[in-house]
Amino acid sequence: MKKKLSILLAVGLLISGLTACGANSKGQAANSNEIKIGINYELSGGVASYGQSSVDGIMMAIDEINAAGGIDGKKLVPVKYDNKSEPAEAITLANKLISQDGVVAILGPATSGSFKSEISVAEKKKVPVISGSATADDVTVDKAGKKEYAFRICYTDSFQGTAMANFAAQNLSAKKAVIVKDSSSDYAKGLADNFTKTFTAAGGTIVGEEAYVAKDKDFNAILTKIKGLDFDVIYLPGYYEEAGLIIKQARALGIDKPILGADGFDSPDLTNLAGASALTKVYFTNHYSSLDKDPAVVKFIDDFKKKYNKEPNAFHALGYDLAKFVADGLKRSKSLDSGALKDALAETKDFTGVTGSFSIDENHNPVKAIVVVGLENGVQATAEKSGNK
Amino acid sequence: MDNFLQQVINGISLGSIYALIALGYTMVYGIIKLINFAHCDVYMLGAYIGYFCMTSLKLGVFPSLVIAMLACTIIGVLIEKIAYKPLRNATRIAVLITAIGVSLFIEYGTMRFVTANVRAYPPMTGWLAERFKIGNMTITAQQILIVASTIVLVALLQFIVKKTKMGKAMRAVSLDKDAAELMGINVNSTISFTFALGSALAGAAGVLVGIYYNSIDPLMGVIPGLKAFVAAVFGGIGIIPGAMIGGYFIGTVEVFVSGYGNSLYKDAVVFAILIIILIVKPAGLLGKNTKEKV
Repeated sequence: MKKKLSILLAVGLLISGLTACGANSKGQAANSNEIKIGINYELSGGVASYGQSSVDGIMMAIDEINAAGGIDGKKLVPVKYDNKSEPAEAITLANKLISQDGVVAILGPATSGSFKSEISVAEKKKVPVISGSATADDVTVDKAGKKEYAFRICYTDSFQGTAMANFAAQNLSAKKAVIVKDSSSDYAKGLADNFTKTFTAAGGTIVGEEAYVAKDKDFNAILTKIKGLDFDVIYLPGYYEEAGLIIKQARALGIDKPILGADGFDSPDLTNLAGASALTKVYFTNHYSSLDKDPAVVKFIDDFKKKYNKEPNAFHALGYDLAKFVADGLKRSKSLDSGALKDALAETKDFTGVTGSFSIDENHNPVKAIVVVGLENGVQATAEKSGNK
Repeated sequence: MDNFLQQVINGISLGSIYALIALGYTMVYGIIKLINFAHCDVYMLGAYIGYFCMTSLKLGVFPSLVIAMLACTIIGVLIEKIAYKPLRNATRIAVLITAIGVSLFIEYGTMRFVTANVRAYPPMTGWLAERFKIGNMTITAQQILIVASTIVLVALLQFIVKKTKMGKAMRAVSLDKDAAELMGINVNSTISFTFALGSALAGAAGVLVGIYYNSIDPLMGVIPGLKAFVAAVFGGIGIIPGAMIGGYFIGTVEVFVSGYGNSLYKDAVVFAILIIILIVKPAGLLGKNTKEKV
């Protein structure tokens, strides 16, 4: 008897839960002066710096949009949660944002791993999710096919590796390269593979390949080994935490050849860890450069400095573009629900953002230019834009 | 050949750090037969104390080093008084588990206050930023500082243990605690003194690592701590010169595996050595001479 009662209760709860959900999402679409946008970011934990920066950019863009009258007179209301840099937490929060808060779309998370976890929820609930910085190749398309509800506004890792190889071969006339990669991350492996492919196709050779694992601190042994080789450039795909130390130790050993990297270098901590004087002849591919003289970028940098009193980095710029991109989609969307928004986002053409103007291709990736930033004494000295994919 | 000598320099610098940490493990083991897992976290705290002395208080390198060593001495003694002393007569496994608990408590407690982010030491200036070139080899002033500090500190330690009254008490307690007590030695204060010495060395290692690698985080002690433990076992746990030899040996092996083989195997080789030692010579390299135990 008790068992039956509990089943009855459970079914009752389930039904009331379902109706509550339905009512919620309908209310959202029908009559409200608000459009709720979910924000699911790494505000604490290992990669908190990426999440916090992205959210700063997003909030700035949302404030600007609302100050300019919102979308069709409706204000954007961000619903912000911290996924603690954990993919499992990102899934829980995505469910909560969709079912309880009734958001029309979710922004974030910043890293590929967490974003991929969230996509499974998005596909099931049919709510678009958009990341500003998930660069792994298989985010929007994998072996199982295209993810209908997943979008991103940054280029992919394979594009980054290719662009850097071209830069090394053409701008630096490098013939021989050494690769030092973080063997514990897929990000570094993907970059290294694509760099090798393009660099050898351009007539170069990879004369040595060394690996390390995240959290290593002493790289003197592998750098001494590299010092004995004959090479033109070092390609160092990895995050700033180790890259900073590697650059410092390489320069201390007397290796003064150019060191190339990817967007993982973009953190003020790189300068702190390596020391400004070591950061000379260091180049990395990035989403945006603060040296860009484009009026839109200059305005963004000024406004950002006024609001937050610091220099914006690429994650700030990507966060800003991300919110603007979704707002653009909402403006063009036939109705303010998730399905229509998804179609509008997929049709984006020539969207102009701080990180460049782009269109969304059939795989929900942007077609955009990449910037190669060059450092001299720790400050950005050159910024070369290269190739539309 | 130049490359080879350069790798030797790299190995000795790295080995010095392992040696400084290993000494603390070995002394505590010698006296109360406890593997003090919290030791590597005292090393981490030393690095942070040095960091705050240099950044917030704007002190120089040497004052910071001394303050960090003093603070770690106090921390080491406190850990012993609070966590281990009440368990003096408990089973060894209970104390061991407590040590693991203290270690995790310090790691994550510190993370609560300083966050998990990596911090960079302030850039070194003056002679500490110098590099010296000999032929094709490069030695940095920081490497010299590390090796020199290690040698000075170990010589000092050896003097304390061999020539002072307190050192005599330490050796007596490590040989036979009960007999020492009957002879009028204050066992509790002797044990505290041992913790104080070991922790001071760990604190020094922390600051030196901060200066050398320029990067500290709350979990920085875990891997070096394990390797220093291997070094202590390699030399014969409980034996001071053994810990030092072990430290230099492990440091050099690691560098040579990375330099002439594959850097991904370096940790595997270090721990393989531990396994082989435990099978072939469980007492360690200098393990026979039990009279030297401290």
